[in-house]
Amino acid sequence: MNISVLFAALGGAILVWLFLLQRLKTKPWVEQGVIEEGGAVNAAPERVGLWVFLAVVTSLFGLFAIVYNMRSQFPDWRPLPDPGLLWANTAVLILASVALQRARGAVAREDLEGLKPNLTAAGVLTLAFLGGQLLVWRQLIASGYYLATNPADAFFYILTALHGLHLAGGLWFWARAAGAVWKGLESRPVTEVARVRLSVTLCSVYWHYLLLVWLILFGLLLST
Amino acid sequence: MAYVAIADRDQHLHDPDTFITKYIWSQDHKVIAIQYALTAIFVGVVALVLSLLFRLQLGFPDTFNLVDPNQYYQYVTMHGMIMVIYLLTALFLGGFGNYLIPLMCGARDMVFPYMNMLSFWVYLLSVIVLLASFFVPGGPTGAGWTLYPPQAISEGTPGIGGGIVLMLVSLAIFIVAFTMGGLNYVTTVLQARTRGMTLMRMPLAVWGIFVATILGLLAFPALLVAAVMMTLDRVVGTSFFMPEMLSLGRELDYGGGSPILFQHLFWFFGHPEVYIVALPAFGIVSDVLSVHARKNIFGYRMMVWAIVLIGALSFVVWAHHMYVSGMNPYFGFFFATTTLIIAVPTALKVYNWILTLWRGDIHLRVPMLFAIGFIFTFIHGGLTGLFLGNVTVDLPLSDTYFVVGHFHMVMGVSPVLVVFAAIYHWFPKITGRMFNEALGKAHFWLTLLGTYSIYLPMHYLGILGVPRRYYAYGDTDFIPASAQTLNSGITVAALIVAAVQVLFFVNVIWSLWRGPKADPNPWRATTLEWLTPDTPPKHGNWGPELPEVHRWPYDYSVPGEAEDFIPQTEPPHAGVVAGRDHGVHH
Repeated sequence: MNISVLFAALGGAILVWLFLLQRLKTKPWVEQGVIEEGGAVNAAPERVGLWVFLAVVTSLFGLFAIVYNMRSQFPDWRPLPDPGLLWANTAVLILASVALQRARGAVAREDLEGLKPNLTAAGVLTLAFLGGQLLVWRQLIASGYYLATNPADAFFYILTALHGLHLAGGLWFWARAAGAVWKGLESRPVTEVARVRLSVTLCSVYWHYLLLVWLILFGLLLST
Repeated sequence: MAYVAIADRDQHLHDPDTFITKYIWSQDHKVIAIQYALTAIFVGVVALVLSLLFRLQLGFPDTFNLVDPNQYYQYVTMHGMIMVIYLLTALFLGGFGNYLIPLMCGARDMVFPYMNMLSFWVYLLSVIVLLASFFVPGGPTGAGWTLYPPQAISEGTPGIGGGIVLMLVSLAIFIVAFTMGGLNYVTTVLQARTRGMTLMRMPLAVWGIFVATILGLLAFPALLVAAVMMTLDRVVGTSFFMPEMLSLGRELDYGGGSPILFQHLFWFFGHPEVYIVALPAFGIVSDVLSVHARKNIFGYRMMVWAIVLIGALSFVVWAHHMYVSGMNPYFGFFFATTTLIIAVPTALKVYNWILTLWRGDIHLRVPMLFAIGFIFTFIHGGLTGLFLGNVTVDLPLSDTYFVVGHFHMVMGVSPVLVVFAAIYHWFPKITGRMFNEALGKAHFWLTLLGTYSIYLPMHYLGILGVPRRYYAYGDTDFIPASAQTLNSGITVAALIVAAVQVLFFVNVIWSLWRGPKADPNPWRATTLEWLTPDTPPKHGNWGPELPEVHRWPYDYSVPGEAEDFIPQTEPPHAGVVAGRDHGVHH
């Protein structure tokens, strides 16, 4: 409950921040003529769209975390074992994030040689992570922890599935960028190269974010 | 300059050339808006018919026998859910949001047109899934629109077969659709405004829609979480919400879950949802009042702050829906306090609307009538909200018709009046034709008086203690026979109000074919949507050049000016330089 209030306060704080940012103390009825607004939000729409989307996803996972926390206080909670494979998966996801970060650096330097292997590695590592998560599911099922066995198990499946779905959605955007890079960017028009650069940058933001979500979820799972 | 660069950049607008890309798989925000609106109004009519069916049962319990007790619960449930989510949310944000944001901000389209198109089609899918539940064995769910577990998925409640599952799946699909639309609305407002259109020069309609969308984006996930978990409880047999229980003498496999947890999640979404519907209505009504009173909106900056404050506060009041859930009295105290605090910015808005009318040059045209009607119904609904916000008053009134009367006044009738105000106000721009004024006025008066005669008596019934959610009352000691007479009267009024809506549909359809050609700016308004080169606006909205904004949207009856309105694109007049003293501007 207290966490939910905090969460709500956070939402409110974001609104207020948005507000202050735009200097709402102006008197629009007095000023005339074209006003040039300072560059508070002059990023590409895709970048702003992504950050708004991250706020939505934060709300989703945040609420799940709160519910998890509340439900785990009940006496029928039977924590499931922490499969060792999860550590390996976590390492793989960190590597994917690192690879994307390097791809982002390469694309910023217009270093197409460095871009290709890093971008490819990021996708392969992400797929490996998703495969690893499925393997964890199979291990758990094999040892008798089903979806309906205990809420602890149910939460584990839901949260990993949800996180995996978000990564899979990210892979779709990754695939579009990777496809363009594989076809070769050298002979392409400047606008398309700029799009790929934006795309790789946003993918890296999204991957880092989902890595953070995963680390928090993993911590939550380990702590109960 | 950043705004210019983005708004006017070489945006990849698709060029629709066939009928299908123009009107069906369209990425044009105006077409999508109309698709959203038509779908929402269609399901709204379905929900209206459902309400008439159960009202006939309540008003004349032994006469018609059109519905049995199960159907009664199913129709009440579907009526509530459709009206709140699939009609009002979709119409205000998907409909008006889509139509107005790009036009009022001076953009050529939403920033992500393809996703905008997807948003509508996914919304349509959610509607189809919802309506499909009428045709599965057992019918739609009858759990009440709040879908409280354990009863929502326990035997005895109608529709626990396919009905409740389809309901939850449909909600999840709707949330996906809303998120795609919402990302568009927020990003478009932030990024695609034309040159000179600062945030504080946006019309209040855009402000209302903008903040409501942010609320929706943050609040709908709570409903998604609840829906996913309840679906698993129902389908797989998990025990998130389901406690240990006996059903018909048989012990169920569930155990240990918390129904209260669901209530928290549901209302963490459910209360912001009230403002997701109300804030766009607030914004639109502000603009309509200002235009037809030929006066600047009173306290523009205060109005913007109030919208934002209401939005933020709406996240910390949800448990006032749960006073009877047995919660800690200190929580009740906390939530009663926040609830009453939210009345401050809300009352502020009401005062500002009234002060906008004060000494205005009021033109009582149809949209204005609906806007003024809204002030009445909203004040009435809001005042009873103060009653219900107090724990000690809420406890005896909870689950009576007082609550039904309250929320229908405040978030049934009030937003719907704004919907009508908005449709009549923008009809000339959307269709290029004028509607029939006399029919519109008849529609207004019969609707306003009719809805009052439905919902005012309900408050009285509630104070008598007549409980809601009953199929028939039979002989109950504390309910006098006259209550039944009142109930019959309410039903008659409901039938009349429903019949009167035919006037609206006739007016719209007739005017589409036969209405006189509309002036591009029939109300002589200042905002950008009235200044498009074509009426109705063509694909891309503006001609070769985007409009340039030089002033705020409320320059009406400026002293010393020849006209009583100055469009937002009008450069500063000679002699009246920037920084003019506004003391003369009443």
